[in-house]
Amino acid sequence: MKKKLLNKIVSTAVPLDMEDVDTDQIIPARFLKSIGRDGFGLNVFRDWRYDPEGNPKPHFILNHPQYKGEILIAGNNFGCGSSREHAAWALSDYGFKVVVSSFFADIFKNNALNNTLLPVQVSNKFLRKLFAEVNKNHQTIIEVDIEKQTISIPKKNLSEFFEINPYKKICVINGYDDVDYLISMKEKIADFEKKYE
Amino acid sequence: MKFDKPKTLFEKIWDSHVVYQKDGYPAVLYIDTHLIHEVTSPQAFEGLRKRGVKVYDTNKTWATMDHNVPTKDQDKIIKEPMSRKQVEMLRTNCEEFSVRLFGLGHPFQGIVHIIGPELGITQPGMTIVCGDSHTSTHGAFGTIAFGIGTSEVEQVLATQTILQYKPKTMNIRIDGMLGQGVSSKDIILYIISKISTSGGTGYFVEYTGTAIENLSMEARMTICNMSIEMGARGGLIAPDQTTFDYIKRRKFAPKGKDWDKKIEKWKKLTTDKNAKYDKELFFDAAEIEPMITYGTNPGMGMGITGTIPSVDDYETQSQKDNFLKAMEYMGLTDKQGSKLLGKKVDYVFLGSCTNSRIEDFRKIAKIVKNKKKPDWLHVFVVPGSAQVVKQIEKEGLDKIFTDAGFDMRGAGCSACLGMNEDKIPAGKYCVSTSNRNFQGRQGPGARTFLASPMTAAAAAITGKVSDVRKFLKL
Repeated sequence: MKKKLLNKIVSTAVPLDMEDVDTDQIIPARFLKSIGRDGFGLNVFRDWRYDPEGNPKPHFILNHPQYKGEILIAGNNFGCGSSREHAAWALSDYGFKVVVSSFFADIFKNNALNNTLLPVQVSNKFLRKLFAEVNKNHQTIIEVDIEKQTISIPKKNLSEFFEINPYKKICVINGYDDVDYLISMKEKIADFEKKYE
Repeated sequence: MKFDKPKTLFEKIWDSHVVYQKDGYPAVLYIDTHLIHEVTSPQAFEGLRKRGVKVYDTNKTWATMDHNVPTKDQDKIIKEPMSRKQVEMLRTNCEEFSVRLFGLGHPFQGIVHIIGPELGITQPGMTIVCGDSHTSTHGAFGTIAFGIGTSEVEQVLATQTILQYKPKTMNIRIDGMLGQGVSSKDIILYIISKISTSGGTGYFVEYTGTAIENLSMEARMTICNMSIEMGARGGLIAPDQTTFDYIKRRKFAPKGKDWDKKIEKWKKLTTDKNAKYDKELFFDAAEIEPMITYGTNPGMGMGITGTIPSVDDYETQSQKDNFLKAMEYMGLTDKQGSKLLGKKVDYVFLGSCTNSRIEDFRKIAKIVKNKKKPDWLHVFVVPGSAQVVKQIEKEGLDKIFTDAGFDMRGAGCSACLGMNEDKIPAGKYCVSTSNRNFQGRQGPGARTFLASPMTAAAAAITGKVSDVRKFLKL
C-alpha cells in the first residue's frame, strides 16, 4: 500500500525542550480506543495541552500561537515507554513530519519510520543550537533533506548530517511499505519453514 | 577442523530465526508466537482486509482482552462505549480471521503476558512478539520477546515475519544473595535507577549471575518485564531446570516424546563460554534494598530508606528543569532531600503484567494476614488472569484480602494504565506494583510510587510508604 512521500521538509519548528518524553504523554492511554488510524492529533500531548476541563494550558508550547510548523524539536530520549504506534499517528495527524532529538527510544523510532514521520537524531550540541535559534526567532526556517541526510538552518549556515538506514530511506522517499516487501518474500519464508522444526 | 564462533544466547536464537538478510537492510525475522490484544490490533486487521490477505498462521497467533476490560462485573456489558467497541472489534476480527481468542468470560482470559507463560504457550528458544512493550516478560523463558507497533503487528499477521535490525547485546550480571524483604522487582528498579530509562536503548539484555539463577520463574518474569523501562528492546534469561519444571504439563506445553525432544533442544540454549557481549554491567545483590520511586519515570527510584535528591544534585539546566517538573507533578517539591518513608498514600494497586501472578499474591497475603487496611485507603487486588483468580480462591487468599478490607477484582490491566474504569484520581498517591510512574499513567493527575508486592503490602496495611522488613521481623 502506497503511503505519503517524503523528501525535503522546509518549515518552522516547535521547540519542546523536555527530556524523556514518554508515549503516555504524547497520547495518554485513555485516547487509544479508536479502531482507526486518524484523529489522534486532537489529543496529542493532551494532559500537557489542556487542563481537566479542556481549557488550553497557556504555558505549553503547542498553545503558543507563534510556534507552528511541521518539525518538532524535543529533548533527549524522546518516545520512551509504551509501544503504542498511536504516538506516531498522533504526532503525524497533528501535522508533524519530522521529530528532532538527540536520542530516540527504539520502538518509537520504528513506529515513526513506519508512518513517514521522520525521526532525525542529531548531536546534543546541534540540538542545543536548534533550540537556541528557534527560541530566539520563532520564524527560523529549518530544512531537512532526506536524500542528502542533512538538517540545517540555511540562514545561519548551520548544518548536520544525520543517519538513516538505507532501507528505511528508500521506504520514506518512495512511500514503500514493509508489508509489501515481506509479502514479496513469500517463497523465502516457505523455504525457511521447511527447514525449520 | 571447523570451529563455530562462540555465541551469546541472544545470537543463537536470533540467527536461527533469520529468514533472509540483505546487507544494510533489516533482517526478515521469523516469529514463532504472536500474541494480540484489542488495543494495538484493529488497524492491523484492517490493513489485512485492504490487502486481501489472511492471517499467515493461525496456529501461531493467540488473542486475549486485557487493556480495556473492566475488572468488576465482567459478565455484564462494558459500560464505556469506546472500550466496548474495541473489545467487540477484536471478537469480530478473530472470528473473521480464525484466530483463537481467550475473551472476557473465557477461563484462560487475562493479561497477555500472564497467560502466555501460564498456558505453556511461551517456550524457550522462541521468538515472541506482541503489540505491547512489556512483551519482554517472556524473555524469562530464554526467548527473544519484544514489543512492536501496529504496523509491525500487520507484518507478522500477514507473513509470520517481521523486519528487524539486530540490536546489540548486553550482559547484566547480578551475583550474591538478596536480603530479607528484597525481591526481583527491587532488583530491576535498582538497575534502572542506576542506568536510567535510556541506559539499555539499542540493546537486548541477558540477565545472568547467581542472584538470577536463584529466582523462581515468576520472579524472573518481573525482571524481564521491566527491561523496556531501561530502554532495552528486551531481556532474557537462559532456561534451566526451574524453567523446565514450570512449563511441564501446562496446557499448551509439548507432551510425551515431543517434550523429551524439546528438553534436549532447550538445554543447549545458553551463552557459549568466551562469547562476547557488546556491553557488560555488574551488580551485587546484597547492596539492594527494597526500592521505591519518587518521580515520574521508573529511573527515578531509590532504596526505601533513601532520600529524594535535590535540584542541586543535577548538572545541566534541562536536567534541573526536568527534575523540578517531576517534583511539582508528584507534589514533592518541598520534600527534596527528605525521605519518602512515612508518606501517607491514598491507594495501593496490586496488579499488572509485572506483578499479578500467584506467587505475588502469596507474598502479599503472608504480610497482610490478620491485618486490616486503614479507613482512608483503597486497595485494588487485580489478579493477572482468570486462572490466577481461581488459584487465589482455591488457596483462600481472597478471604485474607477481603478480611483486610481490600477490593478483590477480576483479571485485567486495570489501574496500571488508566485506560479502563479503574483509575487513580488526580492528586492522589498510589503505591503500585505496576511498571510505570509516568505523568497520568494511572489516570490524569495520578501520583505513582512504584514498588514490589511486599513493599506495596506494607503500604496497604499502614496507609503509608513503609519498610516491609519491619513486618517480616515480627
